Amino acid sequence: MRAYKPKENVQAKAYYTDRFYVAPQVPKSAVDTDAVFASDLEAIKAKFEVKDAYIQVEQMVVYINAHDIYGVLELMRDELAYTQLSEMSAIDWLAKDNTFEIFYQMLSMTKRKRIRVKYFIENGQAVDSVEKLFRSADWSEREMFDMFGIEANNHPFMKRILMPYDWQGHPLLKTYPLEGDEFAAWYEVDKIYGKEARDIIGPELRDTARVDRYDSERFSRLGFEVPKGTEITGDEEPHVESYQEEGGVFMVTKLDKESSKVIDDPQR
Amino acid sequence: MAQVKNRLTPFFENITFDRDDNELVLNFGPQHPSAHGQLRLMLHLQQEQIVKAHPDVGYLHRGMEKMAENMIYNEFMPTTDRMDYIASSSNNYGFALAVEKLIGLEVPRRAKVIRMLLLEINRLMSHLFWLATTALDIGAMTVFLFAFREREYLMDIIEGYCGARLTHAAIRIGGVPLDIQDSFLHQLRVFLNKLPQNIKDYEDLLDSNRIWLMRMEEVGTISTEMALSWGCTGPMLRASGVAWDIRKEEPYELYDEVEFNVPFSDKGDNFARYRVYMEEMRESAKILYQCIEMYEKCEKDGQTELMAHAPKYISAPKLDIMTQNYSLMQHFVLVTQGMRPPVGEVYVATESPKGELGFYINSQGGPYPYRLKLRAPSFWHTGILTDLLPGHYIPDVVSIIGTTNIVFGEVDR
Repeated sequence: MRAYKPKENVQAKAYYTDRFYVAPQVPKSAVDTDAVFASDLEAIKAKFEVKDAYIQVEQMVVYINAHDIYGVLELMRDELAYTQLSEMSAIDWLAKDNTFEIFYQMLSMTKRKRIRVKYFIENGQAVDSVEKLFRSADWSEREMFDMFGIEANNHPFMKRILMPYDWQGHPLLKTYPLEGDEFAAWYEVDKIYGKEARDIIGPELRDTARVDRYDSERFSRLGFEVPKGTEITGDEEPHVESYQEEGGVFMVTKLDKESSKVIDDPQR
Repeated sequence: MAQVKNRLTPFFENITFDRDDNELVLNFGPQHPSAHGQLRLMLHLQQEQIVKAHPDVGYLHRGMEKMAENMIYNEFMPTTDRMDYIASSSNNYGFALAVEKLIGLEVPRRAKVIRMLLLEINRLMSHLFWLATTALDIGAMTVFLFAFREREYLMDIIEGYCGARLTHAAIRIGGVPLDIQDSFLHQLRVFLNKLPQNIKDYEDLLDSNRIWLMRMEEVGTISTEMALSWGCTGPMLRASGVAWDIRKEEPYELYDEVEFNVPFSDKGDNFARYRVYMEEMRESAKILYQCIEMYEKCEKDGQTELMAHAPKYISAPKLDIMTQNYSLMQHFVLVTQGMRPPVGEVYVATESPKGELGFYINSQGGPYPYRLKLRAPSFWHTGILTDLLPGHYIPDVVSIIGTTNIVFGEVDR
């Protein structure tokens, strides 16, 4: 029987974890330990529902409702001086509870503070675009769509950005294998040569660590080279290649340590 | 293998070339030499003037975030080299700092000084490279040759330290792997003593050059609002009137102990960015002089530690591994299984030569990060071309791309 492999997360896993290992936590502190964050949180709480808030590694994390995001970021930009959206993206929790976690990394240059605004959405749900507030969200939301398949409502150009326009699948999902899926293996063959050439060319091998020691066409067998097409038996004679001819090559003279000058200081 | 016919046809994303409104669509790149990498720009032109620009990226996409989710933390370090390959130690450093913050590690002082030396050398290398390539795009061949000569000296120093010229992998999580070589400080001092004259040479060639001024002044003006809205950072933001430097505002390592200024300009055009880069080189030199002093003081005080002491996360020094059983066991586990940082998340921003380089790491207590997001400054500096190019003329495209200083290893990741 084949070993069961969970399909909802095909990423690399620790092959051994101690049964009694309890992972420590990055310490969290309450928001009222920092006066600036506390007042910011009060301002957000006055208008929107805040589900959870804490400070972790010098930055405040605020959990809100998905439908409030435009309002919260507008409030933060216009009233709380968080003028830059540094980064936004998603985290795939589909295997756990069929949700995505979306985070927005905000920066205030006058207060020198960073806040991470987060919320959860169901699989298949779209987010509200904040492109009208921050132009940087234009490309971030496109990247999020490309990588996770999460669409943004009211986005002016919801197209893939990094992957080819006709790609299938969203690469950063945990269900997507590192070396690509069936579609990825045939993508370039189909596109460049057509489906009928599949038998001749074969699927693309994206496992870069793969080394076929009998493949003398793609991998040089240093010291044991054979002419192309020769069958490799494994007991070939070692073949010594001399890289400089006895008399020397035209314009190239043999290095002679005694007569050459060694430069100690490259700046001379 | 049998010959198979190639049936690649050009694809132009629903752009009709036969238009009845006198508009021409020009496909710039992805192999254009002054696009500084695999940038493809689709430009809609009225005569010579651009009315719509559509940058297309992704030609260098290697899926680094996906790779990170499948690698142990130390394994990912050489991959970060391939982001901003002009200044790769700054990427190494950003990742190392993020993991250190996640774990809560304190790095020994000597390692901090070496890291700062490397970071500032990388900044100089990156700015020299920027100057060389931009000047070459504008047509100033002499500056290109001069700046590359100086960059070569710096690469020699780095090569002496870590053996590599471009992809350094010179920083480890928890410190640095090696002490600097004997000739490092001497070579650096020789270089730094020459640098002011070198910078002056470039400026003599460019500052009053009529062609340079015509291509740079009042071209590619980014307003403060636009820069903030598009998430611009680094020299792009500082040239648009915001004196925001993470080294100054949220100091990491020993940047709060060194004295330097943050050059900025409120003009926002190409020339302002050029001035900011030139002044930043002078500031980097200032920092490097102070780092040399700090290093010599470390040596005098006998601070020899290069890696943090944290047996759960960091391997012991080689001597301990070879002599002590427990250190050997720890090392074996850390190499085969990898360190397991605590459960939590962290976003750490550092000032790379291009701007704010951020690493967001979500750890679930396993040896692989659950989610790692790379915030590369060039990504948004490419995006801003959408709004920046319309209204400009075709020759301006080249000078604007030049001054945005984008590197595609970092845009596409």
